Amino acid sequence: MLLEVNELRVSYGNIKALHGLDFQIDEGEIVCIIGANGAGKSTTLKAISRMVPVEAGTKMTFQGKDLLQYQPDKVVSKLGISHVPEGRRLFENLTVTENLMLATFARRDREQIALDIKRVFSIFPRLEERQTQKSGTLSGGEQQMLAVGRAYMSGRKVMLLDEPSMGLAPLLMMSMFEALKEINSQGTTILLVEQNARLALQFASRGYVLENGHMVLEGPSKELLENPDVKKAYLGG
Amino acid sequence: MVFFQNLINALQWGSFYALIALGYSMVYSILMLFNFAHGDIFMVGAYIGFGVSTALVSLAAMGAFALPGWLILVLTIIISMFLTSFVGMIVERVGYRPLRDAPRASAAITGLMIGIILETGNLALLGAERVKFPSLIETTTYDLGGVFVTNKKIMIVLVSITLSFALHQFIRRTRWGMAMRAMAFDFAVVPLMGVPLNRMAALTFALGSALAAAAGILFGVAYPVLDPYMGILIGWKAFVAAILGGRGSVVGATLAGFLLGFIEMFVPMIFPSTLRDFIAYTIVLLILVFRPHGFFGEAYSARLRL
Ligand SMILES: Nc1ncnc2c1ncn2[C@@H]1O[C@H](COP(=O)(O)OP(=O)(O)OP(=O)(O)O)[C@@H](O)[C@H]1O
Ligand SMILES: [Mg+2]
Repeated sequence: MLLEVNELRVSYGNIKALHGLDFQIDEGEIVCIIGANGAGKSTTLKAISRMVPVEAGTKMTFQGKDLLQYQPDKVVSKLGISHVPEGRRLFENLTVTENLMLATFARRDREQIALDIKRVFSIFPRLEERQTQKSGTLSGGEQQMLAVGRAYMSGRKVMLLDEPSMGLAPLLMMSMFEALKEINSQGTTILLVEQNARLALQFASRGYVLENGHMVLEGPSKELLENPDVKKAYLGG
Repeated sequence: MVFFQNLINALQWGSFYALIALGYSMVYSILMLFNFAHGDIFMVGAYIGFGVSTALVSLAAMGAFALPGWLILVLTIIISMFLTSFVGMIVERVGYRPLRDAPRASAAITGLMIGIILETGNLALLGAERVKFPSLIETTTYDLGGVFVTNKKIMIVLVSITLSFALHQFIRRTRWGMAMRAMAFDFAVVPLMGVPLNRMAALTFALGSALAAAAGILFGVAYPVLDPYMGILIGWKAFVAAILGGRGSVVGATLAGFLLGFIEMFVPMIFPSTLRDFIAYTIVLLILVFRPHGFFGEAYSARLRL
């Protein structure tokens, strides 16, 4: 078991967002969490990357280590869990290369960094052409590529992806998921959060369904795609 | 003649404003707070400089080493910048870090409180008597065709320009500088890059405080009598320069510091000098009406959370 989460509870003030989630991810898997607006998908990812405080009783272990002992930056730099946040959140005042380099802030393996940058550019050739451009001036699709590339640079045992399909034209969306498959095939475990349930379930091998802060269903993607409740609620009938 | 004489004085005052403004500007852009204790950190820096130089001078007098005055001054600046950076880091750790998610007004009030603590702490420690910064270098006056320039003024301007250039390079070229620029744009995402926020906050305060200490010592060289309230007015003016320069801009804060020096020196050439500050700051306000984000304010994401 790579990542194991038990009784994950998160509140924002008085609002309870997550009511005790249990889930786990194996090494090398692609897993997705689907759910409607406000179900708590982003909150789940933020809890793993320690960007929101969790309530007492929550247990999260990563490779047998207690995740709660790690500061957010150490989750990235020591455990290799990277997070592509909702809405990309690039540093628009920095260039493409600077965004990628910043993600290596805590790394000291210069040679490997250079190789990794090459690798990002081979996965997303568009980024190489735009190296010295300020990331705020990239197109939406290019920005999404950079957001994924940046996460790849920061740590890649696990990648947490928050709606990577958002705002992408269908063709770009497909090539984005191709790229993610390629990254996964090199050994990166992926936890994906999506509103676009069909896309997510086609891409992932397993899925969880989140409703109002509760995990209501889980199973192999094939089963979820056939499940009448899932069909009705998330796949348009 | 009078014009050039004023120009030289303006450059000297601009140097003080610029160095102090840099600390305000960095902390504001990176941590979204105005460190209203910063003027008092300038004061503490001047006093630490006083302590360090006095100690070095008396050690030299006792024959521990023989150093020329200018070298003692250089050592004083370096050692005091180093020591004052710890004052800044303590202020951040104790005063501001616990308030990082609190309303910004709490941080502002805390800043004012820290300022008062530093002022009264100084009074308690050293008493009400004013101290005098030791004279480390002889004043040499050059007569440039009726305009008088002293070696001290030249030194002050050169040191301040050098330091602000060094800071500019640091922010442009190092990975810490890159992280600072990223924080200025979107603070909340920076930890996801593996950047330790607390260490960056400490670094920011350390750099700003070190520059304020340099300003304090240069001030002590020009105006040797120090008092615990010396940082208040100059701190507010530097704050204005930081706003005028634009959020997080080193070049902006430096230029605005000098501009403020110029306005203050040249207004009395035209208007009665009792109206100096009134008119000087009216000009500043007018500039801000037309450039509300200052000269070089960079864009930033308004999102405070992930
Ligand atoms: N910073 C916050 N303060 C208060 N409430 C919040 C905050 N962030 C999220 N919430 C609430 O927590 C719940 C879960 O939000 P979350 O962002 O995790 O949903 P989501 O599943 O990612 O939704 P979407 O598909 O729209 O992105 C929502 O009800 C939301 O209003
Ligand atoms: Mg979301």
